[in-house]
Amino acid sequence: MKPKVEISAPVADEIKTSTCYMCACRCGIKVYLKDGQVRYIEGNRDHPVNRGVLCGKGSAGIMQQYSPARLRAPLLRVGERGKGEFKEISWDEALGLATQWLGDVRDSDPKKLAFFTGRDQSQSLTGWWAIQFGTPNYAAHGGFCSVNMAAAGLYTFGGSFWEFGEPDWAHTRYFMLFGVAEDHASNPIKMGIGKLKARGAKFVSINPVRTGYSAIADEWVGIKPGTDGLFVASLIREMLKADRVDAEYLVRYTNAPWLVIDDKGSADHGLFARDRKGNPLAFDKKTGKLTNAMLPDIAPAMIGDFKLKDGRKAVPAFQLLARRFLDVRYAPERVEKETGVPADTIRRIAAELAEAAFEQEVVLDVPWTDWAGRKHDKMIGRPISMHAMRGISAHSNGFHTCRLIHVLQILLGSIDCPGGFRYKPPYPKQTPPWLKPSGKPRDVAPSEPLGGPHLGFPLGPDDLLVDENGTPGRIDKAFSWDAPLAAHGLMHMVITNAGNRDPYPIDVLFLYMANMSWNSTMNVPEVLGHLTARDEKTGDYKIPKIIYSDAYYSEMVAYADLILPDTTYLERWDCISLLDRPVSEADGPADSIRQPVIKPDRDVRAFQEVLIDLGARLKLPGFVTDKGKPKYPGGYPDYIVNHERKPGIGPLAGWRGQKGEAYGVGAPYTKQLQRYIENGCFHFHKLKPSMHYYKHANREYLDWALQMGYRGTATPIVFQLYSEPMQHFHLAAEGHGPVVPPKHHRRRIATFFDPLPFWYAPFEGSLLDDGDYPFAAVTQRPMAMYHSWGSQNAWLRQIHGANRLYINAARAREMDIADDDWVWIIGYKGRVKAQVKLQEGVNPDTVWTWNAIGKRSGAWSLDKDAPEATRGFLLNHLISELLPVRPGGYRYSNSDPVTGQAAWYDLRVRIEKAEADPARTEPFYEPIDTPWKRDLPDTLRFGEQFRRDRWRRGS
Amino acid sequence: MTTLPQTTAKKLGLVIDLDTCVGCQACATSCKEWNTGGYSAPLTDQNPYGADQHGAWLNRIHSFEAGEGDASRTVHFPRSCLHCEEPDCVTVCPTGASYKREEDGIVLVNPDTCIGCKLCSWACPYGAREYDYGHGVMKKCTLCVDRIYNDNLLPEDRVPACVRACPTGARHFGDLGDPSSEVSQLVRRRGGFDLLPEMGYKPVNKYLPPRERRDGRAANAASTALPESGGGASRLDKLFGWADRLLSR
Amino acid sequence: MHPAYSVIFFTTASGAGYGLLSLLLLFALLGLVSPDVWLGLTGFGLAFVLIVAGLLSSTAHLGRPERAWRAFSQWRSSWLSREGVMAVLTFAPAGIAALGWVLLGEVSGALAWAGWAAILCAGMTVYCTGMIYASLKTIRQWHHPLVALNYVVLALATGAVLLDTLLTMTGQPSRQATWTAVAALAIALALKLAYWASIDSANKSYTVGRATGLGRFGKVQPLDPPHTEPNFVMREMGYRVGRKHAARLRLIAALLGFILPAVLLAIAEQAGGAPWLNSIAVASAAAGVVVERWLFFAEAEHVVMLYYGAGAA
Ligand SMILES: Nc1nc2c(c(=O)[nH]1)N[C@H]1C(S)=C(S)[C@@H](COP(=O)(O)OP(=O)(O)OC[C@H]3O[C@@H](n4cnc5c(=O)[nH]c(N)nc54)[C@H](O)[C@@H]3O)O[C@H]1N2
Ligand SMILES: Nc1nc2c(c(=O)[nH]1)N[C@H]1C(S)=C(S)[C@@H](COP(=O)(O)OP(=O)(O)OC[C@H]3O[C@@H](n4cnc5c(=O)[nH]c(N)nc54)[C@H](O)[C@@H]3O)O[C@H]1N2
Ligand code: SF4
Ligand code: SF4
Ligand code: SF4
Ligand code: SF4
Ligand code: SF4
Ligand SMILES: [Mo]
Repeated sequence: MKPKVEISAPVADEIKTSTCYMCACRCGIKVYLKDGQVRYIEGNRDHPVNRGVLCGKGSAGIMQQYSPARLRAPLLRVGERGKGEFKEISWDEALGLATQWLGDVRDSDPKKLAFFTGRDQSQSLTGWWAIQFGTPNYAAHGGFCSVNMAAAGLYTFGGSFWEFGEPDWAHTRYFMLFGVAEDHASNPIKMGIGKLKARGAKFVSINPVRTGYSAIADEWVGIKPGTDGLFVASLIREMLKADRVDAEYLVRYTNAPWLVIDDKGSADHGLFARDRKGNPLAFDKKTGKLTNAMLPDIAPAMIGDFKLKDGRKAVPAFQLLARRFLDVRYAPERVEKETGVPADTIRRIAAELAEAAFEQEVVLDVPWTDWAGRKHDKMIGRPISMHAMRGISAHSNGFHTCRLIHVLQILLGSIDCPGGFRYKPPYPKQTPPWLKPSGKPRDVAPSEPLGGPHLGFPLGPDDLLVDENGTPGRIDKAFSWDAPLAAHGLMHMVITNAGNRDPYPIDVLFLYMANMSWNSTMNVPEVLGHLTARDEKTGDYKIPKIIYSDAYYSEMVAYADLILPDTTYLERWDCISLLDRPVSEADGPADSIRQPVIKPDRDVRAFQEVLIDLGARLKLPGFVTDKGKPKYPGGYPDYIVNHERKPGIGPLAGWRGQKGEAYGVGAPYTKQLQRYIENGCFHFHKLKPSMHYYKHANREYLDWALQMGYRGTATPIVFQLYSEPMQHFHLAAEGHGPVVPPKHHRRRIATFFDPLPFWYAPFEGSLLDDGDYPFAAVTQRPMAMYHSWGSQNAWLRQIHGANRLYINAARAREMDIADDDWVWIIGYKGRVKAQVKLQEGVNPDTVWTWNAIGKRSGAWSLDKDAPEATRGFLLNHLISELLPVRPGGYRYSNSDPVTGQAAWYDLRVRIEKAEADPARTEPFYEPIDTPWKRDLPDTLRFGEQFRRDRWRRGS
Repeated sequence: MTTLPQTTAKKLGLVIDLDTCVGCQACATSCKEWNTGGYSAPLTDQNPYGADQHGAWLNRIHSFEAGEGDASRTVHFPRSCLHCEEPDCVTVCPTGASYKREEDGIVLVNPDTCIGCKLCSWACPYGAREYDYGHGVMKKCTLCVDRIYNDNLLPEDRVPACVRACPTGARHFGDLGDPSSEVSQLVRRRGGFDLLPEMGYKPVNKYLPPRERRDGRAANAASTALPESGGGASRLDKLFGWADRLLSR
Repeated sequence: MHPAYSVIFFTTASGAGYGLLSLLLLFALLGLVSPDVWLGLTGFGLAFVLIVAGLLSSTAHLGRPERAWRAFSQWRSSWLSREGVMAVLTFAPAGIAALGWVLLGEVSGALAWAGWAAILCAGMTVYCTGMIYASLKTIRQWHHPLVALNYVVLALATGAVLLDTLLTMTGQPSRQATWTAVAALAIALALKLAYWASIDSANKSYTVGRATGLGRFGKVQPLDPPHTEPNFVMREMGYRVGRKHAARLRLIAALLGFILPAVLLAIAEQAGGAPWLNSIAVASAAAGVVVERWLFFAEAEHVVMLYYGAGAA
């Protein structure tokens, strides 16, 4: 009696495509629906991002969809902030209240609204809304994420990592990964590394911790946190010393030969020597004359002292660069101790890089035309690629460290060539992009929209958003002397500054998709203080009104006054636009959408719908017709299809024009969303092979990019090894020019605004005594958990229900600490109690833990004694948002001095044994209540419903 | 039916590449997701939102460290049923619920006849059988028997959910009984090995060992360093000497 | 291994039951006791109660007790199935013999055959129980030649204690019964001590290095478990008992389970029968055997735990 097995059971009533949002990677998915419920989610094989694969989070989407922590209706706070006491209200009431609060602000003083968004991907909508509202205080999460790297890339070669570019997985022979545990491109990186492994290309991971990717790297370099800059500078030095740089490449594509004025003390010292038309000058060896450096076919000198017309001296930028890196300061022996990387290893890696770059050229038989019209019958590449993320960005020296990495890539001639690092359209952009930040104090007026986008790229002090005394115009002090190139804002400073009313008080704090009272804030204890602090006189909260949109019962919800409950990613329309952070591939631009695959069973609304509705209620320009009627009565889908940012350019690039025949530029097409759905909810525009590489100097590509509106001109992008904008700030710090920094800022600006990258020790460490805090403390993203939101997921929380502090095994034994012991992690801010796991594969001076596993008891509608709260912990309690007080008293934020990027990983700690009893992590905050009764099942039987028949038969 | 078949027509199984697995858990959650609604539905979870949460999973990802200090390495280690050729998990079963299929060698539990005595889980050295507390029966990897032959799926999708999801391509599925199959060749090429062969269960699934690292821990010899250009002159001279070469290109 | 009380009770109770059943019949067949009604009623009564109660409690540990009947089908390969089948088979000859004894007051002729058959079946049933454990390669402490024997001898010993007590209580004390019990207890203890000595000395050949095949790179240690809270495998196979604790319990088991009962029975016999001593002996033996059985599980190390951090097995 052989049992009968249903090997071909029907799998779904219907399969719908959409885009995953268990993280920001945005893979294409196919959602299997059975009896109106989600049966299964799999990767979409046609999708450019994930080619069919799905990660551990994406495959647990079902449990997100059916999480008991999903918000159910709009909430109005009734108890004290932080208690979690709310009453449910109607949407009319909620929107009425919001309109009133926001309207008052807009009519009186728009800057009293601070609108900040977290993990969302609708920044082109939210940003545009903020512009129409007229507040200068808008930014997204980028400021605490990776802005220093984004800026470093955009100011150096008009691109960056992540959405901006990727390694040429198919051809690269040597791949260096700096400080990455998971990355935004979670799946592409995994797929790419898989390819490298199959091809046998060498993969080097530079990381103090050996887990995940680093575990399978051919070589793991267990570097000391914060010292990558030294390591890379040392590699650069080896390259220069051995004359292993791609000279032709430097002449063709970089400002290496541009002449830099050498006239100490003058207002233009260190700036480029230019002709009357403003073209940079170079010394042409053919003619023996100074010529326009932008001309093709010149033979510019890279070394030497040259006389300018006015008789002053000038030297090629390259000479300054060579001088800096030939300095013995960067010799392998000298950096060995600070980096923890043996000198021999540095030398060998340099040799391997050179070998791969110059002995293993990749040649593709693809003809192409360069920017000057010169035809080439082959595409020749140096198969070196690099990728980096928060191991670099989360340090206060991240901007310069990232510049160093790019300089190394450029010296090796490996940017956008076969086997190298490749741009993803719409990148490359101008270096830096021609977009200035808007919101100078004088441009902010009641009931007036803002002049332009909030976030941009200052070229010099004149572009800062400060008043005549140098006081910041923005609540987060972005684009002020505190953080001049804060291209993404400083989200991590908003609550603290608003609480301190520095530079000014605000009235409404409007947050979207950011858990700012817990895992995404620095210094949790004091930030909770600011959120609940009251004004002595009025007795009101210092931050009077907080509006928040979340989809789940996060820690932040408990601290807001008005909650606008969002839908889940399977219940709404979304638009992943080229105007935002796109999902393009190096082979061509791509954008995508989410479509509702199931109906919400709760009284919730998609935030984008709500924002458009609020825009109309507030009568914001662009959101109402000239008759004052709502401009997008159809809500978000209406906006996605019909909104035009510039004539012919809207949120989606695919299927535009009368009949959907146009790509990129064209009139809105009524059936656009249908077309997207028919195509799997994405559009991928594959470029001709002749446009695949050298996009920064590829005539065909540059012309096309101009048509698409990616660029203002079709001029080539010249890599800025030497950064003139940096020098503009430097000169200002020396007192030159109309806009100069206030006294107390000058030394800092002068030091860190160096036109050439350099290394300096991370701030917190250098301000504290190493002896007291011998360990660097960092976090890593667990691959199966997305920040805070995985913990409500019945499956993912089984994988990461609690977290340990990992310590180097040998070091732990010295301190007589064993597995499972409890310890105090002590920073200068306070202490956190955690349980220990010993690890061989971790840098001896580093301790670490998984990020965002620790939860506030009661949040996420988990049981109050859930392990996330009793055995989970955050380092955020110890990470200060302000630097230790220093002589002079002024406290800078704990950020990169150039861009304001939050320096999460500068944290220094010491470890002391703690009593094992009680066996629970500390600090422990009082539990949060849920506004609804916790009716949590003790057994979850998901899937039973799909097999009822069989389930009953059992006996 | 718990007496084992003499031979099976095929030996379907998985080959897992420990040199490529990054421990991302995709194969674990996609397995849970497919199977909780599939052949052995449901895979229940206890205290899903409370303390002591746990549930029935058919595939679990461990991570180990092998060796100490500099010589150590981290290895991610997915573990699921190996569909052994001679497994006691089948022969000990008193009800016949546990059996090995003649056609493809897949080892299955029939959830309709299992009495939940747990004996098979005691007999499995690999921890591949998980008792489902909420369903009262034993659960185990089905090799996605309800996918690999399923006409309702696209042909290219008729592979196990875990293989379908794996982002790094560390999981391979095929007939290990056929020496010419891709998986068999892969196993030969990479020296695939059995878990605990001493047990005599003859696992069908194979593991590919982590490859030798290329970190030249030993090879860090000066010889591997780049030759210094220019003689013993001062650094600046060197710079210029070097520059001449550059210019004279 | 996790000591499940239902299983502990089942194996000890039914063991004693089968022991009592066999010895009762044996003594009668050898003419060492006369098959009088009272002895029959109490003897078989007690034996059947113990057996049935044991079997019932064994189903308590099933996830689907209502399907228990299916367990009879796989006797070709499964010791658990065989145990079930034998347990049921035993009732037939045992029932006939018992009825004959109680109604006809004799065990001769055809009834004798039934008696011998019942003894054989009972023995085989207990042997099957032992083999369920002894056949598991995955557990060193169980996959051991003495395990099945231990089960049989312990069944006899506990059965003998009960028989001797019954005879004393039903007013026909028997030297042979007492000395059988004492001897059985002695042998059982000897075997148990031999078993303990042997599992203690056996070298733990399996390591996590071998289990993962990663031993080639050196000492292997777990870094992260698959899940942060214990799963079924860890709950079922992960039970560990401290060395000291185990040693103490072994002593208790030896004293209560074997030595004390033997001594008490001997004294009682010398004293020409002392029912209260017998009852203490029974209680003590019961307690001791339960401890012994608890240890049998608690001391068993499953090789799978290597994947979950056990050093060796
Ligand atoms: N699964 C999952 N995926 C995610 C997220 C998530 O929460 N979960 N978050 C998303 C977000 S918002 C972001 S920003 C990205 C971040 O993606 P990642 O950059 O991968 O984020 P982290 O886990 O912080 O990785 C930082 C790595 O740098 C290492 N590191 C720390 N300090 C240094 C150093 O000084 N030098 C070097 N070389 N390495 C160092 C750490 O050990 C760690 O491995 O991930 C995104 N993707
Ligand atoms: N110690 C330490 N702290 C860190 C980091 C670190 O590496 N170490 N990383 C930092 C970085 S790079 C980042 S980007 C931040 C990330 O921190 P956050 O941006 O705060 O990310 P999440 O914790 O995921 O919080 C996102 C919030 O969005 C909500 N949400 C999820 N889905 C939806 C939805 O569909 N709609 C709405 N309206 N809300 C939704 C979630 O419930 C959650 O409350 O964390 C930062 N904090
Ligand atoms: S990486 Fe994973 S979670 Fe993120 S979008 Fe892709 S599948 Fe979803
Ligand atoms: S999905 Fe692939 S890479 Fe991820 S854990 Fe499983 S086998 Fe490893
Ligand atoms: S791995 Fe375990 S469950 Fe699977 S066949 Fe082998 S013994 Fe049976
Ligand atoms: S638990 Fe089920 S499958 Fe396992 S042995 Fe018992 S009856 Fe057979
Ligand atoms: S084959 Fe199917 S059941 Fe087995 S581990 Fe993979 S996904 Fe799970
Ligand atoms: Mo981030």
